[in-house]
Amino acid sequence: MSAGERAEGTAGEVSGVDMTTHLGTLELPNPVLTASGCSAAGRELDPFLDVAGLGAVVTKSIARAARPGRATPRMAETPSGMLNSIGLQGPGIEAFLAKDVPWLRERGARAVVSIAGGDAAEFAELAGRLAELGPEGGISALEVNISCPNVANRGLVFACDPAASTQVIAGVVEVVAGRLPVLAKLSPDVTDIVEIARACLDAGADGLAMINTTLGMVIDTDTLRPVLAGITGGLSGPAIRPIAVRCIYQVHAAMRAGALRPAPIVGIGGVRTGLDALQLVAAGACAVQVGTATFNDPSAPERVLGELRHALAERGFARFVDAIGRAHD
Amino acid sequence: MSERPVQQRVRLRSITPEGAYHRLVLDAGQVARTAQPGQFVALSVGGADSAMLLRRCFSIAGRREGGIELLIAARGKGSTWLTQRRPGTSLDVIGPLGGPFPPAPRRAGVVLVGGGYGAAPLLWFAEELIARGRAASTVQLVLGAASQDRLAGVEQARALGAGVHVTTDDGSAGIAGRVTAAVPAALAAARREAPRESRPAPGSAPAAGSGSAETAGPPVEVYACGPMAMLRAVSEVAAEHGSPTWCAVEESMACGVGVCMTCVLPIRGADGVVRNLRTCTDGPTFDARAIVWDQIPSLTGGSR
Ligand SMILES: Cc1cc2nc3c(=O)[nH]c(=O)nc-3n(C[C@H](O)[C@H](O)[C@H](O)COP(=O)(O)OP(=O)(O)OC[C@H]3O[C@@H](n4cnc5c(N)ncnc54)[C@H](O)[C@@H]3O)c2cc1C
Ligand SMILES: Cc1cc2nc3c(=O)[nH]c(=O)nc-3n(C[C@H](O)[C@H](O)[C@H](O)COP(=O)(O)O)c2cc1C
Ligand code: FES
Repeated sequence: MSAGERAEGTAGEVSGVDMTTHLGTLELPNPVLTASGCSAAGRELDPFLDVAGLGAVVTKSIARAARPGRATPRMAETPSGMLNSIGLQGPGIEAFLAKDVPWLRERGARAVVSIAGGDAAEFAELAGRLAELGPEGGISALEVNISCPNVANRGLVFACDPAASTQVIAGVVEVVAGRLPVLAKLSPDVTDIVEIARACLDAGADGLAMINTTLGMVIDTDTLRPVLAGITGGLSGPAIRPIAVRCIYQVHAAMRAGALRPAPIVGIGGVRTGLDALQLVAAGACAVQVGTATFNDPSAPERVLGELRHALAERGFARFVDAIGRAHD
Repeated sequence: MSERPVQQRVRLRSITPEGAYHRLVLDAGQVARTAQPGQFVALSVGGADSAMLLRRCFSIAGRREGGIELLIAARGKGSTWLTQRRPGTSLDVIGPLGGPFPPAPRRAGVVLVGGGYGAAPLLWFAEELIARGRAASTVQLVLGAASQDRLAGVEQARALGAGVHVTTDDGSAGIAGRVTAAVPAALAAARREAPRESRPAPGSAPAAGSGSAETAGPPVEVYACGPMAMLRAVSEVAAEHGSPTWCAVEESMACGVGVCMTCVLPIRGADGVVRNLRTCTDGPTFDARAIVWDQIPSLTGGSR
């Protein structure tokens, strides 16, 4: 039985929890967000939930120009998860600003815009464009998707290389100049995630978002060929939750130990229920994103918020922030 | 633009084997209220803690007393789970999804080509066309499958009074061969039966551009639902006979509601530009002339 089902019996006593949280200078009414690439720009979820009631909508990573994405098949279901190789299909920044941002604004939703580039200059250009709009233009924060291929380095993802991560984040932070909080989104596919976190924070990131998908592969046993046209794909869903919990725990522990500048961590990976979210929070996340679970249940981000609030109340928390990092006490 | 989809927990009213398939009736009143032929639903499978995270998509095969009908082939784990449910089971459904079949012009004959369970949504479409006043004889159904047990809707089609053309790959029913073998005859029958007023006057020259005797006469529109290779073959035969084809495609879908971008097909827009469109929200039915077949990996030696 899920936390949500239990919530029904004891509703009423749950209203007391203060769910407010902060990502640097940005205050959010609650800590549950959508995940990039799992909610488009919010509009398609409108029939299933109230986008303005979420902490924020994190939009699909946007690049400078329109991108067609990879060939199909682009996905394969795996036990409690899926592989995807979408290849950042999207309309490009101008179309995004013209069509998607106004809709989110009109709805009163907070927009965290995810950006992706093939080199540091593209990231900086995108960041500049969005920082110009700023909070008044409907942008609440930037999430820098450094888990995408670096054109100059044979497609090695930026987030696997501390120097490349530093370069991208420093470029973005410089052009944003404090107008928006900048979150660096990390890949779990590294030997030492604390080292990449340090590179991003030293470069001036206001916070970290972790984790992105982890690279995987499925072979069709009839054809004996890879299922995905892109051969490998990113694994997501509850299957990767333990990896997310571990990564968040390690980075938060390094912050507590003084080995890393303290900064907000947005937890991502396999959140399907409020209790899943609570694991990430206890590991050190001050907000969580719901990604793949949205494909199973398009109202999942809203449901997870309700379940998390209830779980906190049940455990005697008056404020959400008091649960952050509790696994370290 | 069609109505917004709803997410509903519904009761499985009945489940009946039908050849190689199962017909499910769901008490999905809110979905049924606005559903139109060509739209589909997405069902979650395996229960609340299921390791099968993704919903399975099925065409709506009809509306029945405030519920919807589905015709489901047990294929892998998820569809097999569905076909093993007992009446009374509670299921989580989202729908109606996607757009409906584009309406057939009143004056045109209609050929509906269904491969296997692909016949199911086309039968509902035929039913609605006839219910709205179209002569049953102007609707020609081509129903094909690998073998007799995988044919769907033959009896239903006959009961409607529509023209019925049956093919099986193994010859166990109807013409031995693919659906394309029966398409020319169905096109000819639809043209012959198309509403009188639009027939050229006796002795008049065929319309410009439709030179051969075969393609002269009233227009005929083709609707096809089945595997991608079938859709392409049907649309090619139809085009040779001067008819456009509306193809209802079946791409792998992770979300079904338009947020994930897994379900795309290369579609040429009116501006000539090819874009990867989402088949769940921009489809699932496309004009065959806009589909860029040569860029679809599954047809050109891709891995599936
Ligand atoms: C718009 C649409 C309408 C459909 N209508 C019908 C229908 O009326 N009746 C019917 O029997 N089937 C229909 N299908 C196909 C049906 O969705 C698949 O057979 C089913 O998802 C297979 O799931 P599985 O768990 O049994 O197979 P698995 O192979 O275990 O599925 C693994 C994953 O691949 C996906 N998948 C596998 N095969 C297909 C396929 N052919 N199409 C799309 N996704 C697939 C599944 O959704 C799942 O995510 C339709 C598909 C689409 C997209
Ligand atoms: C279909 C799909 C598309 C994604 N696209 C992006 C993207 O564009 N940018 C990004 O930073 N992460 C992207 N992600 C990763 C998610 O945002 C998230 O980090 C990851 O899926 C783990 O969370 P989850 O288990 O809740 O899905 C995508 C994930 C999926 C499943
Ligand atoms: S299935 Fe997700 S966008 Fe179509």
